[in-house]
Amino acid sequence: MSFPEILFYVLALLTVACAVCVVAMRHPIHSAFALIATLFFLAGVFVLLEAHFVAIIQVMVYAGAVMVLFLFVIMLLNLAPEELGPAKVTASKLLGLMLLAFSAYAAVRAYLTSEAPAAASTGRVVEGTVEEVGKLLFTKYLFPFEIVSVLLLAAILGAVVLAKKRW
Amino acid sequence: MVPNAHFLILGAVLFGIGIVGFVVRRNFLTVFMSVELLLNAVNLTVLTFSKMHGNLSGHALVFFIITVAAAEAAVGLAIALALFRKKKTVHIDEANLLKH
Repeated sequence: MSFPEILFYVLALLTVACAVCVVAMRHPIHSAFALIATLFFLAGVFVLLEAHFVAIIQVMVYAGAVMVLFLFVIMLLNLAPEELGPAKVTASKLLGLMLLAFSAYAAVRAYLTSEAPAAASTGRVVEGTVEEVGKLLFTKYLFPFEIVSVLLLAAILGAVVLAKKRW
Repeated sequence: MVPNAHFLILGAVLFGIGIVGFVVRRNFLTVFMSVELLLNAVNLTVLTFSKMHGNLSGHALVFFIITVAAAEAAVGLAIALALFRKKKTVHIDEANLLKH
């Protein structure tokens, strides 16, 4: 087993473990921290996919900006334990557990039946460096890129209006 | 080299976990984090397909997905704040203002 392979399986295991924590933790703040860890490990997986630009964006925008927003709101709400509702086993939780077990079974089955990789990669190897992706964003995808700025402006205005005290 | 199928399996497992969280959890904020998990699983899948086809367009798509996710998080958390002001809870079963 080569180093990238070991790295991938360790990162994949950590990602899945943290993702389960996101869903299973009772208090949202624990979920938020688990989600930050998930995003970091997933950024590592992105690096293994030669997606360097996306990995950096993942850490800076997702794990940085978005999760800070989440933590900020969670701390602002300051939920007491009784506001989280009673911890009880419901039918939906059992059903979710069954769904998760089925998903794990499907994954293991797919893992066992997936064929060994070809000795040499047939396709071109593309590297998602900042330069390459940047060129693409400012030439082929320039119009969507500009439209996204309008979307962000609309989202900022919407967030301010919704979070205002009186409306 | 890690086979591409294993990246896809990881994406599928993350998506499954996110779906379960989205359906089962009743806390508004946790449901939101499950949505982020779903988006990340899709990002991983798109990047894997991008690598398989030797095409960089997937990276641009993921960039836009992350932007939309950031916008969605901002608006969603503002809704969570508004809901908490109105109902003093973030339990999504209590969010029934449009029903009455």
